[in-house]
Amino acid sequence: MKINGKAWKFGNDVDTDAIIPARYLISNDPEFLAKHCMEDADAQFASSVQPGDVMVAGKNFGCGSSREHAPISIKGAGVSCVIAHSFARIFYRNCFNMGLPILECPEAAERIQAGDQLEINLDEGIIENRTRNETYRAQAIPPFMQKLIAAGGLMEYVREQTNRQ
Amino acid sequence: MPKTMSEKILADHAGKPEVFPDELVEVKVDFALGNDITAPLAIEAFRRAGAKKVFDPERIGLIPDHFIPNKDIASAIQAKMLRDFAAEHGISNYFEVGRMGIEHALLPEQGLVLPGDVIIGADSHTCTYGALGAFATGVGSTDLAAAMITGRIWFKVPHSMKFVFKGKRKPWVGGKDLILYIIGRIGVDGARYRAMEFTGEVIDTLPMSDRLSMSNMAIEAGAKVGLIAPDEITEEYVGTRAKRAYKFYESDADASYEAIHEWDISDLEPVVALPHSPENVKQVTEIPETRIDQVVIGSCTNGRLEDLRVAAEILRGRKVARGVRCIVIPATQKIYMEAMEEGLISTFIDAEAAVSTPTCGPCLGGYMGILAPGESAVATTNRNFVGRMGHVESKVYLSNPAVAAASAVLGRIAHPREVVGQ
Repeated sequence: MKINGKAWKFGNDVDTDAIIPARYLISNDPEFLAKHCMEDADAQFASSVQPGDVMVAGKNFGCGSSREHAPISIKGAGVSCVIAHSFARIFYRNCFNMGLPILECPEAAERIQAGDQLEINLDEGIIENRTRNETYRAQAIPPFMQKLIAAGGLMEYVREQTNRQ
Repeated sequence: MPKTMSEKILADHAGKPEVFPDELVEVKVDFALGNDITAPLAIEAFRRAGAKKVFDPERIGLIPDHFIPNKDIASAIQAKMLRDFAAEHGISNYFEVGRMGIEHALLPEQGLVLPGDVIIGADSHTCTYGALGAFATGVGSTDLAAAMITGRIWFKVPHSMKFVFKGKRKPWVGGKDLILYIIGRIGVDGARYRAMEFTGEVIDTLPMSDRLSMSNMAIEAGAKVGLIAPDEITEEYVGTRAKRAYKFYESDADASYEAIHEWDISDLEPVVALPHSPENVKQVTEIPETRIDQVVIGSCTNGRLEDLRVAAEILRGRKVARGVRCIVIPATQKIYMEAMEEGLISTFIDAEAAVSTPTCGPCLGGYMGILAPGESAVATTNRNFVGRMGHVESKVYLSNPAVAAASAVLGRIAHPREVVGQ
């Protein structure tokens, strides 16, 4: 799977309250949540982000609460992939469960600047920076996670398992 | 081969003789829980998967506590989803307003989460039960839905980190200070994906209430679990409450740890995490004069009876400073009742504090104490991220209940001895 998009840059320890403030957790609607994505960190983000764009951040992205509303709002906003130096663990699981591709890549997290044009090959974990003419290799997605993605998410995986029994 | 507590619990629940760090294992879940924010998503996922029944209605907990009692129509609809689902599937561990409490105070109190368990909760502070010696961790709603169907979940076996506390606690230093001290030392991702273990002579005598505060905030260091080996204090706590059999696990003396931190905390004063990160930790004596507008005493971190006793000791016969709102929230109905019987509630009301029915409300900026632009709060809660308790330009300082109560009296961040003397 290939992704083309513009980079939006964020710092270290972006927490789930920054991704989607708790005052909006009164709904599960992706469209509603998307409107408020990153609102307290960058009020312009939700209205300016274009389908296919990529979020790029530092260490420990998605720390804090377990709210699945966080990946739902990011995906709902049209973001195609999140690249970070590292991810908080609950957020990492939630992204696979929700079918939001994420890549761990310290080099890309450091080198990519806001507005850079990116081309990402998810199958191989290769990130090409068209603006800077650079290529970064992300950590491969663990085989078990690939099974979830192949099934189309955790619920679909569970359904397959249940049907088999 | 010598093993840590986490490895032993996971091996037993995976039906394997032993497991190793980084190994992916599928384990049996002893208890799974969700709240009024996360369970609605899980219920939708449950239905989307075509599931007809839960794996075991006795091993699921649905606890409306975040925006409860319903703060608006939208939260009323979310809460109703839990109520209807619980009725449909015969889930007896659904706790209605009037019987409920903040999930992580309520479930240990009710003896529903026990030593040796594997527990998952669609709430990041599920790690609280590590204080009982359970492998308990937060997950998203979809993981909860899958566990509600299958009674199982997959984990990567975490590497373990050991934190050894030596010395003697100074007055007014509690479990909250110890966990904030750790986070201040290692950072908010210092234990990312890891199993933390809290041990040493300080932990050996630490009351269960303080232990629960410590394990509660393991997630604030990025950890998967924060464990304390069960002992007599654990047995005393769970013995009379347990609704099922339980098992004590402890790490082998020569088990392998990724890191071992050993600290003597004899000189440690109560600490405060400054805005906007739980890792911005300073001893209260090092903080320049900081005026405050609000104090919140409660939450899954510090809303237990022992916490309220400490706060009442400082507020007794005194008044909350003019210009400060002090909100006290007993974490469960039982705690509320006991606090009333002990006279703590009268103490709070005499001090002109507001006392609320159990709710997570203000901790996550839900309701019951939202901050205006430019306002500051001292809170015994667990997160002080930007906008956590209200407006994006408000500030939250995290502390233990004694510092929070002293700050309420003086209208600024204060050491308890400034109020009550030595």
